[in-house]
Amino acid sequence: MNNKLYEYLLMLGDNSMILGHRLSELCGHGPNLETDIALTNISLDLFGQVRSYFQYAAEVKGGEFTEDTIAFLRKDREYRHVLLVEQPNEDFGHVIGRQFLYDSYHLPLLKQLTESKDETIAAIAHKSVKEARYHLRFSSEWVKRLGDGTDESHQRMQKAIEHLYPFIFELFQETDIEKEMKELKIGADLSRIKEESMTTIGEVLADATLKIPESAPRMAKGKTGIHSEHLGFILSDLQYMQRAYPDMQW
Amino acid sequence: MDIKSLEERFNERIDAGESIEAKDWMPEKYRKTHIRQISQHAHSEVVGMLPEGNWITRTPTLRRKVALLAKVQDEAGHGLYLYSAAETLGITRDEMMEQLNSGKAKYSSIFNYPTLSWADIGAIGWLVDGAAIINQVMLTRTSFGPYARAMVRICKEESFHQRQGYEIMLTLANGTPEQKEMAQDALNRWWWPSLMMFGPRDEDSPNTAQSVRWKIKRKTNDELRQQFVDNTVPQADYIGLTIPDQDLKWNEEKGHYDFGPIDWDEFWQVVNGNGICNKERLKARNDAWDNGEWVRDAAIAHAEKRQNNKVVKKSA
Repeated sequence: MNNKLYEYLLMLGDNSMILGHRLSELCGHGPNLETDIALTNISLDLFGQVRSYFQYAAEVKGGEFTEDTIAFLRKDREYRHVLLVEQPNEDFGHVIGRQFLYDSYHLPLLKQLTESKDETIAAIAHKSVKEARYHLRFSSEWVKRLGDGTDESHQRMQKAIEHLYPFIFELFQETDIEKEMKELKIGADLSRIKEESMTTIGEVLADATLKIPESAPRMAKGKTGIHSEHLGFILSDLQYMQRAYPDMQW
Repeated sequence: MDIKSLEERFNERIDAGESIEAKDWMPEKYRKTHIRQISQHAHSEVVGMLPEGNWITRTPTLRRKVALLAKVQDEAGHGLYLYSAAETLGITRDEMMEQLNSGKAKYSSIFNYPTLSWADIGAIGWLVDGAAIINQVMLTRTSFGPYARAMVRICKEESFHQRQGYEIMLTLANGTPEQKEMAQDALNRWWWPSLMMFGPRDEDSPNTAQSVRWKIKRKTNDELRQQFVDNTVPQADYIGLTIPDQDLKWNEEKGHYDFGPIDWDEFWQVVNGNGICNKERLKARNDAWDNGEWVRDAAIAHAEKRQNNKVVKKSA
């Protein structure tokens, strides 16, 4: 049981961590200072959540595990995030598109987790749900601005959505661990999340004058540890210090 | 009132220690000097995000990552207040960005040095922010009100950053030999450029007299530099790192540290655009600005559409 709870916490934490990492790459390079600050804020919120999940995961796992060994010292196949969050910062449209699609899933996820039978998960969700609500508001507004802005921004935003939308289905594919956590009322019910998420996406894209792509879902197995080629490079940054200088205090 | 009496009145106000506000009469040169100085300061905050941003994706721990992200974000915030303060003097943020991106405006040369190891993040917080604070504490009492007030808030955050940087250095200095070596190497590389942050020697700094007259500067470059050395040497001693200056020695008579000669050739080389990262810093700023143009245009276009929709709805 403990091992499954640990794996479930990794799924929760890794999505926040890899998305937070992608956003952190942009710090200092935003289209203006206001958006730079806002994206960094979201990254900070996500890393705050990561710390809570991984501190708890370390407790669950016991022994020598810490939030940092969990974050930085796993092998690539042990990361449990979905492929959506590792997609690169192609342009601001892709950054906003990735954020919006994830937020539309993240908010209903956290709303459900506030009711989790696991008190720690419920407490983390309780704190994070407010952040996710703000993230979704921010990203939806930007999807609308870019979708219904200039011709160029419309085209770029549509292109970003075309690329990213096929990745969202992975979020709703239930793994064995998620199924078990749902049955124990620790984890969330993905079918309910999917409903709310698809409604949000439909409404916001319509408002933004953007089309929902008809493309088929991408094959994605991130939750079981099979990722795209992007992950190796993300990890070579993320893990650099811990790998180059092992077993030290920082 | 004619210009001459306006100027006399202005000088009296400066002498009386009154604060000059954006809408008050001021000599054109005072206005221009402030636009230049405040925008340079804002540019330094914004360009200063780059060398530290370089390590955000590679911090050794999650705690350090959150702290560094928050720090670099604070610098963006400082850039914002300062650009706003400069805007009160009749220049737009876009104009200032244009001056930065074209290379016309300067920013603090220290940010043209590379961050080569994690210890550089500690060294920048400790030394570069430490040097900046000395300057900025003085500026909280500068004669131009909006600038002075922006400085009060900035100083609080900067002193937090400085403690954070020093704490990184302390941790490294108390760590493994490899970590201590990393910290010492960072101190060796950042020490002299930090001393150069205060600008040329007083005898080579023609602007100082006018700036002192207008209470833009209340201390000279050399006085501020001395203060920095006096503050920092004991801090290095405390964590067991060595300041890379063989001439450094406590002078009992003066009550200050004596220190060795600064390599002003290096200073001017970097100021004139030939430091290790000058080109890269400017390119990063230009890329961010150019790649963001369609985003800024879209935001304006969207706001206009909304405004028009409101008007249409109202008149319907």
